[in-house]
Amino acid sequence: MEKDRGWSPYLAGALSGLVSIGSVWFVGKYLGASTTFVRTTGIIEKLFSPERVAKMPYFLKEAPIIDWQSMFVLGVAIGAFIAAITSGSFRWQGIPDMWRNAFGPSVSYRAWIAFIGGIIAMFGARLADGCPSGHGLSGSLQLAVSGYVALACFFIGGMITANWLYKGGGK
Amino acid sequence: MMDLMYGLITGILFGFLLQKGRVIRYDKQIAALRLQDMTIVKFMLSHIAVAMVGVYFLYDIGLVKLSLKATILGGVVIGGLMFGLGWGLLGYCPATSLGALGEGRWDSLWGIIGMLVGAGLYAEAYPYLVKTVLTWGNYGKITIPQVLGINHWFVIVPFIVLTLLLFRWFEKKGL
Repeated sequence: MEKDRGWSPYLAGALSGLVSIGSVWFVGKYLGASTTFVRTTGIIEKLFSPERVAKMPYFLKEAPIIDWQSMFVLGVAIGAFIAAITSGSFRWQGIPDMWRNAFGPSVSYRAWIAFIGGIIAMFGARLADGCPSGHGLSGSLQLAVSGYVALACFFIGGMITANWLYKGGGK
Repeated sequence: MMDLMYGLITGILFGFLLQKGRVIRYDKQIAALRLQDMTIVKFMLSHIAVAMVGVYFLYDIGLVKLSLKATILGGVVIGGLMFGLGWGLLGYCPATSLGALGEGRWDSLWGIIGMLVGAGLYAEAYPYLVKTVLTWGNYGKITIPQVLGINHWFVIVPFIVLTLLLFRWFEKKGL
C-alpha cells in the first residue's frame, strides 16, 4: 500500500490550479464537467427521437454536440488512467473498500445506490448550473457568490446522506 | 477543432493530478463528508487559492475575462443541496466519476449512467423550472468583492490567509 500513497493533495491541488490558469489564459475556458452529461444525453436521445430533441428548450440551450468540455471530461479519465497505471495504483474494483466494510460485497446494492445517487446529483447540478468543478473550483476561484453558495450546499447535502447511510440508514 | 484538442490535453493533465492527489476515490470523497479525512478539501482549496491569484492577476493586466455563473438562489441552493444528497450516495462527482473509471473503480459506471438519466430528466423538467425555481432570488452575476464594494485583492489576501490557517488546523488534527 506504500506505493499507493500518491502525492500530497496540497501539491496536486496547487498544480491543478496552474492547469486551470493555463486553460483560462490560453483557451479562455474555465473547468467544468456537468454540462457534458446534458450534451451526451442529448446525443443519445437524438438517436431515437431527433425531432423531439430538436424542439426541447434545454437541448437548444445546451446543444447535443461534442465540445471543449466533452473532451476535457474524456481527458480526465485518460489522465487518471495514465497516473494510475504508471504508479501501480490501478485496481479493477467494483465495490469501494469503505462501502464493503459497511455493506458487504453485494454488487447490485452498490449499483442501485450509485445509480439513484447519480440521478439526484446530476438533476441538482443542472438546477444549480454547475458541479464541484464548475461552481466549486471555477466559480470560487473567480470569487463568484454562486460558487460559494453552491459549494456550501454541496457539502451540506453530501454530509446528510453520507452520514445517514453510514449511521444505519443504509443497512 | 483546436478547442477539442486543448480540452483533451487540459483534461489529461487535470485527471492525472486528481489521481495523484487521490481525490477521485469513493473512500476519500465519503470520508470528507463524514469529516474523517479532508484530502479533497485540501486539494480543492489549494486549486482555488493558486488559480484565484493567477486568474485575477491576468485579469488585472487585461489578459483574461471572467466567466461568472449567475447567483439565482432558487437554483443554486435547491440544486446545490440536491446535488449534495446525490453525491453522498454516489461518492463521485461528475468529473471524478470519469477519473474513478480511469483508475479502474468501475462502480462509478452506475453513477455515470445515473447522471446521464438525471440530465435527461432535467431536460424534461427545464421548461417548468425556468418559470419557477430559476426565477427565485436572481441576483445576477455577482462576485464577493462587488457585493462588499472593495477591490478583489482585499478579498483574495484574507482568503489565502484563512486557507493556510485552515490547512494548519487540518494537519494539527490529523484530518
